[in-house]
Amino acid sequence: MLKLKDLQAFYGNIQALKGISLEIQEGEIISLIGANGAGKSTTLMTISGIVPAREGEILFKDKPINKLPPDKIAALGISQVPEGRRIFPYLTVMENLDMGAFLRNDKSGVKQDLEYVLELFPILAERRNQAGGTLSGGEQQMLAISRAIMTRPKLLLLDEPSLGLAPIITKQIFEIIKKFNKESNTTIFLVEQNANLALQVADRGYVMENGVITISDTGENLLVNEDVKKAYLGI
Amino acid sequence: MIVMDEIKKSCVATLWFIFLTFPIAVIKIDSINNTVKWRWLNMVYIGVGSFFLSMLWRYMIKKKEMGGQKEKKKKEAGFFYKISQNRKIFIPLCVLLGVFTILFPHIFSMYQTTIMISALIYVMLGLGLNIVVGLAGLLDLGYVAFFALGAYLYALLNMHYGVSFWVALPLGGMLAALFGLVLGYPVLKLRGDYLAIVTLGFGEIIRIISQNWDAVTFGPSGIANIPPPPFFGVKLSLQATSTYIFYIIVVLVIFTIFIINRLKDSRIGRAWVALKDDEIACQSMGIDKGKTKLTAFALGATWAGMAGVVFAAKTTFINPASFTIWESIIILCIVVLGGMGSIAGVISGALLLILLPEYLRAFAQYRMLAFASVLILMMIFRPNGMIENVRKIYKFKQ
Repeated sequence: MLKLKDLQAFYGNIQALKGISLEIQEGEIISLIGANGAGKSTTLMTISGIVPAREGEILFKDKPINKLPPDKIAALGISQVPEGRRIFPYLTVMENLDMGAFLRNDKSGVKQDLEYVLELFPILAERRNQAGGTLSGGEQQMLAISRAIMTRPKLLLLDEPSLGLAPIITKQIFEIIKKFNKESNTTIFLVEQNANLALQVADRGYVMENGVITISDTGENLLVNEDVKKAYLGI
Repeated sequence: MIVMDEIKKSCVATLWFIFLTFPIAVIKIDSINNTVKWRWLNMVYIGVGSFFLSMLWRYMIKKKEMGGQKEKKKKEAGFFYKISQNRKIFIPLCVLLGVFTILFPHIFSMYQTTIMISALIYVMLGLGLNIVVGLAGLLDLGYVAFFALGAYLYALLNMHYGVSFWVALPLGGMLAALFGLVLGYPVLKLRGDYLAIVTLGFGEIIRIISQNWDAVTFGPSGIANIPPPPFFGVKLSLQATSTYIFYIIVVLVIFTIFIINRLKDSRIGRAWVALKDDEIACQSMGIDKGKTKLTAFALGATWAGMAGVVFAAKTTFINPASFTIWESIIILCIVVLGGMGSIAGVISGALLLILLPEYLRAFAQYRMLAFASVLILMMIFRPNGMIENVRKIYKFKQ
């Protein structure tokens, strides 16, 4: 479904991605783990077109998308939940969700999805007329994920959904991510620091270091891999 | 003792103020008789006045900090909102306002009507800038350039080709929109301070061109004898002309309010508000950042262009001195003071900022002082503007 071929990206003169190649199949949950500054977020930003790719190619359903502007990429069905949630603080929860459906014209489908996300995250239904900025961190993360689901994505990019959240909320969110993947068969590409949780939900995982991918295996195998254990799982 | 402490602080402030104003308020040198007059009474006035003001100041700040202000503010913000929601009050109020507006030029003198026309022109400018600054959050300090474009368009087209006011009006809007795009395109990547500086430069470019391109714009001497809007070929007296222009600008303002109100609640309006909050999140929702910003620039500029045409027709004379950076700043003040994004706020802001200096002409010397005080007080006690923007909130049922 998504294929990165020798992808390179720069911030000014600093090379953040030094040739990334990976592949995501339809319906999978893929986790990308790595230390701070490894280039995980940059990978997602490059897929979304917000950071331009200087070299290499991104293929989505066998079509190159690395030259498209971010809004066109979103229109193709790639939706990103950016790092740090980035919900709209002055819009209400419902308006935030409505922004997710910005590009959609099928009213009944939007309504259906709205009901679906409120079912996934019942707390949002309670908070529906509250400004997004007044929600707690966990609720904001749920809102950010819901907003992305409202775009009815084919590929959902999640950037550190555990950032700044209590372990129990993180766990809850990961369970819902897995549930959503199963129910809607939406492909999910997950970037995480919390390697343990990320690999538990993932079908396959990639480990990233200093802008290159060093290991790639199934989630289960990575969880028992000695190098990964030492470096990221703290065992 | 809190009160004693306050009084002590006020006393110190008073003494300091007396000391500062002493040379100008108390000592007066009579250069004819070579004597020095000591006006001690002035010192007393200043002392009592500043002590009183200082206490008042402390009291107000305290009240604000106590949070009583917060509750009050909520109520007041809701006050206008409630009125606009309550049809039983709102409709008669609108009718009353309408009747008053229709009768205005007949009740009051021509002088009043003329002042009102310029105030309404600023209402239009404020509403236009409100799109760019209030809704889309793009700080534009060169907004007057579009106003100038509209004015010069009408003046020049009329002089060379005899184009009438009614043709020039939409053309002025379109030209301004076009220039809005021209300005918008290169500044798409800029934000905040940088954007402000570039737009400021743009405003100056337009003014300097109009000042120096003698062959076309007649430079600083300007263009005179611009005809007022034609009235079915009938020649109107000066008085009737100003009444006529008054009605035209009233209709235009209503039209502006209508369109901007619709825009605010539309998809594009929501995209503007969202873009102001967070660009990256917008892009992941599939909003075209460039296009959204450009429409804000273009739609904002349109109203300035049309206001410019009306302005040229009203004053019948334009020159670059009417389009200085000061005008841009006044318009920005209108938007900020009135309440960013709020239509009612911008209207009252424009009326206050334009009418106040006119009526304070009697105190011409202190005009700017009063003006500045209003701005400073407003920023401290109502930082969100006189009438806060209350966005229409969806009522979602389960």
